[in-house]
Amino acid sequence: MTRPYSNPSYVRWLAVCCWLVLAVASPVRADDPPAAPGSVTAVDHPNDVGNAIDLTWEPSPDDRPDIKPPRVIQYEIRRQEVSGDGEWLPVGEQTYGTTTFSDKQVERGHEYLYQVVAVSPEGAVSEAAVTTEPATPTMQYFREDRAWFGLIVLFVCGAVVLFISLAKRGRRLYVRPIPGLEAVDEAVGRATEMGRECLFVPGIQDINDIQTVAGLTVLGRVATHIAEYDADLDVPTARSLVMTAARETVEASYLSAGRPDSFREDDIYYLTDEQFGYVAGVTGKMVRDKPAACFYMGAFYAESLLLAETGNAIGAIQVAGTAMPSQLPFFVAACDYTLIGEEFFAASAYLSGEPFQLGTLRGQDVGKLLGGALLLVGCTVLTIAVFQPEGAAASVADFIKNHILGGAGFLP
Amino acid sequence: MKRTVPLIIAATTGFVLIVAYFIPYTETWGETAMAWFNIIAAVAFVLGGFNLMKNQLQKISDRRPGWGYAAVTLISFVITLFVGLAKVGVTPSETYPEYPWAGAYDQEGAAFWWVYEYLFLPLSATMFAMLAFYIASAAFRAFRAKNVEAVILLITAFIVLLGRTYAGVWLTSWVDPLAAQFESPFMSQLITGLRLDRLTGTIMNVFNLAGMRAITIGIALGVASTSLKVLLGVDRSYLGSGDD
Repeated sequence: MTRPYSNPSYVRWLAVCCWLVLAVASPVRADDPPAAPGSVTAVDHPNDVGNAIDLTWEPSPDDRPDIKPPRVIQYEIRRQEVSGDGEWLPVGEQTYGTTTFSDKQVERGHEYLYQVVAVSPEGAVSEAAVTTEPATPTMQYFREDRAWFGLIVLFVCGAVVLFISLAKRGRRLYVRPIPGLEAVDEAVGRATEMGRECLFVPGIQDINDIQTVAGLTVLGRVATHIAEYDADLDVPTARSLVMTAARETVEASYLSAGRPDSFREDDIYYLTDEQFGYVAGVTGKMVRDKPAACFYMGAFYAESLLLAETGNAIGAIQVAGTAMPSQLPFFVAACDYTLIGEEFFAASAYLSGEPFQLGTLRGQDVGKLLGGALLLVGCTVLTIAVFQPEGAAASVADFIKNHILGGAGFLP
Repeated sequence: MKRTVPLIIAATTGFVLIVAYFIPYTETWGETAMAWFNIIAAVAFVLGGFNLMKNQLQKISDRRPGWGYAAVTLISFVITLFVGLAKVGVTPSETYPEYPWAGAYDQEGAAFWWVYEYLFLPLSATMFAMLAFYIASAAFRAFRAKNVEAVILLITAFIVLLGRTYAGVWLTSWVDPLAAQFESPFMSQLITGLRLDRLTGTIMNVFNLAGMRAITIGIALGVASTSLKVLLGVDRSYLGSGDD
């Protein structure tokens, strides 16, 4: 007797039957639409002018990472204006796994309904999940998420203004000596004795960077000393606007020192906007001319160490000042004196010695006092919260951490 | 007048940017102010170009030390400017094939692209690569054990450098078995933390971060104070003299 499964035609017939049964009985067909997403909510985007609506929806039950190949490839978002012609317009798409969307093409005060559909890789579209309530974009008059930051800025600025006015009324203010700034005179004097020039690098950022402005104010004071000593000055700049501003500053310094004739416009010149091109130009000049004093005051990036090490190699006395925390260690390692962060901003007030400028430093101190007090309170309540995780201390710590200090607060 | 007008412009722009940060309605004002700055900066770029040429020409004509470099700078500047403006080697764009100048000046294969890709980029990369040598020389000087502070710095740097490599983990692999021998959780945790990679994490996330935050807060206050001085006109030294 012949066994049926040994017959090749019988086996082929069986395979075709199995394939047909599987194809018909298969729970998912290629052109089957995926399941619809869950409930959709649409709300006005907070803290804006009323030009956006935020959507959130529950993912389609078929949008799961364990389903291979994926049944949902994307979500399609459609919008209908309530007072419009009832047409659903596509406004955006989001890839699978995403359940939020921000519609930024809406008009303030208009009412909108939204629907979200899941789309399969073959293009089959699920049933729509529709918002039940229309959403209306509205304008907020104030960024509430930045309220704490505003309050802190107001407090610090208020303190600065208060101390400026107190200083104007003749109140004497003590400012601790800053070695880096005391060294400016020494450096310029040394350059004069050696008959070499002073190099001043005002950073590589444009004039809209506050560090560049602070650098130029220091340049003004340094240039006054240079004019008094009748030394030579060299200011290569990486931005044309900085060159123009630096020329004005230096000219004013020479004028105030009573030596307007010694001012040479060409001592302040433009090299290039390109970071390493600028470094090549400045370091090349340093090696050739060997300035006796080098000042680096402004915003710096990777070029900080290239400049400072070259200055060190030629034996120049070097004073640096920057508010770029990542570059500070390089300057500290390679320069004789470094103005760290706030010292750099205090430099112009310190060097000028004008009482109302010194008042700003006292205002800064009030800000530091506030920051320190907040940190102290925060550390205390956080420590208590460790022992009482459900207590009031935990919520206070959370509030300080997320609202006052972080995010919208002291460090936005 | 020479100082008053720029001061008014600076103060107005500064206050507009501050207001724009807090009031959504004025957000576009801040963007407009920045657009104006970009326009001015672009115009000033031409001024910078002329200044560069003038300086280099002067150096060459006076035969000052290093005038050869000035010649190289000048030639490079003129060539780059020419190939960029004349769009040398640029093929017409597919969108507007009838206009030979419609292609992008920096399209692949063009002379400007070639200058950028094969001259400018390698030269920039060379300068950047030199940083590695400078870091080594600066570290050598910074880590010399001259006094107590320098010794602490040296030890800390040694731990951090070693902890960031596999050698650190390998050298202190005995720490975890040793910690397991202690019944007291405090002692066990203390010894576990001595493995170099974990010690590095503690140094970076506790000591280093605390110091950095203090500096950052100081910087933030300095920025606020300096900005206020500029906006209120307390410090006008960056504007030059008032004489016309």
